[in-house]
Amino acid sequence: MQPLHLLDSQVRSLRQQVQSTETQLRNLKIQLQQAEQQCEAARQLEEAWAGGFPHEWINETLAALSPEAHQAVGQESQPQSTHGRWPLESEEYKRYGRQMILPEVGLHGQLRLKKARVLIVGAGGLGCPAAAYLAGAGVGTLGLVDGDTVEISNLHRQVAHGTDRVGMSKVDSAVEYLTSLNPRVNYQRHPYHLTPQTAISLFEQYDLVLDCTDHPTSRYLISDTCVLTSKPLVSASALKTEGQLIVLNNPPLPPGSSNGGPCYRCVFPRPPPADSVLSCGEGGILGPVVGLMGVLQALEAIKLLTAQPSPSSTLEPPKPTLLIFSAYSTPPFRSVRLRTRRADCAACSSVASITSQSLTSGSLDYVAFCGGTSPLDLLPPHARVSAAEFARQPRDGTNTLIDVRDETQYSMCALRGSVNVPWTGDAESWAQAAALREEISAAGKACYVVCRMGNDSQLAARALMERGLGADGGVRHIEGGFRAWREEVDPGWPEY
Amino acid sequence: MASTIPVKIEFTGGLEILFSHQRSHKIALPSSDPSTNQPANVGFLIDWLCKNLMKDPREDMFVLEGTVRPGILVLINDADWELEGQEAYELQAGDEVVFVSTLHGG
Ligand SMILES: [Zn+2]
Repeated sequence: MQPLHLLDSQVRSLRQQVQSTETQLRNLKIQLQQAEQQCEAARQLEEAWAGGFPHEWINETLAALSPEAHQAVGQESQPQSTHGRWPLESEEYKRYGRQMILPEVGLHGQLRLKKARVLIVGAGGLGCPAAAYLAGAGVGTLGLVDGDTVEISNLHRQVAHGTDRVGMSKVDSAVEYLTSLNPRVNYQRHPYHLTPQTAISLFEQYDLVLDCTDHPTSRYLISDTCVLTSKPLVSASALKTEGQLIVLNNPPLPPGSSNGGPCYRCVFPRPPPADSVLSCGEGGILGPVVGLMGVLQALEAIKLLTAQPSPSSTLEPPKPTLLIFSAYSTPPFRSVRLRTRRADCAACSSVASITSQSLTSGSLDYVAFCGGTSPLDLLPPHARVSAAEFARQPRDGTNTLIDVRDETQYSMCALRGSVNVPWTGDAESWAQAAALREEISAAGKACYVVCRMGNDSQLAARALMERGLGADGGVRHIEGGFRAWREEVDPGWPEY
Repeated sequence: MASTIPVKIEFTGGLEILFSHQRSHKIALPSSDPSTNQPANVGFLIDWLCKNLMKDPREDMFVLEGTVRPGILVLINDADWELEGQEAYELQAGDEVVFVSTLHGG
């Protein structure tokens, strides 16, 4: 038996050898890939010089040019000439030339884009910029799914819509914008919300899906459908000043193939509690933050679509990563390594319970899975007043209006004489802050509690009542908050 | 005096609200878990954060059923904690642990 320190140093030395051999292997693979690319480029150059295009491109090129490529999704675009010396029309060389001269794209990549069918679910803050860049890049078919209509509160971030199209279907509005950007693309309109019953037949018509929606229910539905139809998924989300981006189910191998990329359920097997989910309307959203995430989705889509489909590829499958953007952090970007497919995933593993049948039959209830939120109704009738009733209360100092919105909103607009005690999310700490305010703790005064929508005000009113604060004058919350105030009392109150 | 190890903690995706609205924290974590006498692991860290760093009483916004709630990713040195052994990962001096709440807006 050798002494321990000798064994130790032997282990160390072997480990170093393994490491350096691995590094060498990695370098060799990179060199091989570069050599292959140079070889392909050289061949292309030689044949282009001869005035044609490479033999091995002919099939793919002809397929891109044949009308059949579009027929799958109906509505044929311009009949295209299959004659001529060049695989693209002269306008296309001009329109796409600035990206085609990049070695990452090239003529071949452009033809792949032209052949590609991409489905964008959600024509909002993510979907608008994503669709714009994909249309601009010359994706052949672009499908848009959204059941909403354009609202003026969308316009600071949903850049494909416009003031004169408020009230129009988001899909129609976006197609109007996109058509003016690039009329060569075949746009498919799906102006309804995605449902489990129709998702599979819709996704089957496309090659790649972008999740640009805004709720966990749709995120699980889209991911499950991508797994069942073998489509890669580019998923992004944003809220306030932060965004997240993941490429899922890439490569899109069938359920049970452990080499396939993870799906949304692999990363998040259980949905977040419904009350922890904030929408952009509730939490707020900075336009460029969500815009950036949508642009990054388009970029990932272009990278996937233009990539060389090479079965002999020496490259390892892409490592799943999550990109996190935080506008006010330094540095603002963080890229993290994610797990691979989960062996017991409900969607993509060999023991998956989610099937095409369970989706199309409607037996999978995504809303129930994610937990619905029901409107809050915490207080007895005597502790509620309508906004109109509150407006009739005397303004003689016998009552106090407690506004529980945060300071930012309070400084945007507030009623004169109101007291701002921002709701903290916690009854105890909020009641402590409220008790410090003389207007609330003073004896004999009636307390009215108001917030933006009429939920936090119920929680705050209950916190007061449970602690006997304002008991002698009575505590009431204003139903529907400032939204109701605007509708019932003061139409001039800012709607935000 | 028990020894401690320096660990960087970051909260994003809205979780910072539970921790005094501060994203980045540098903490000195006890190097072993007094209840088990084992080296401090991520399970112990989560418990320690709840007791020592969380200023908001809504603990269920961070932990549920003894682990981080669904919808929170835990990253150890920029890798999903599932690649590192989850709660059992033993913390080293200088490690960075990030808690990310998933976003859904779009
Ligand atoms: Zn999965």
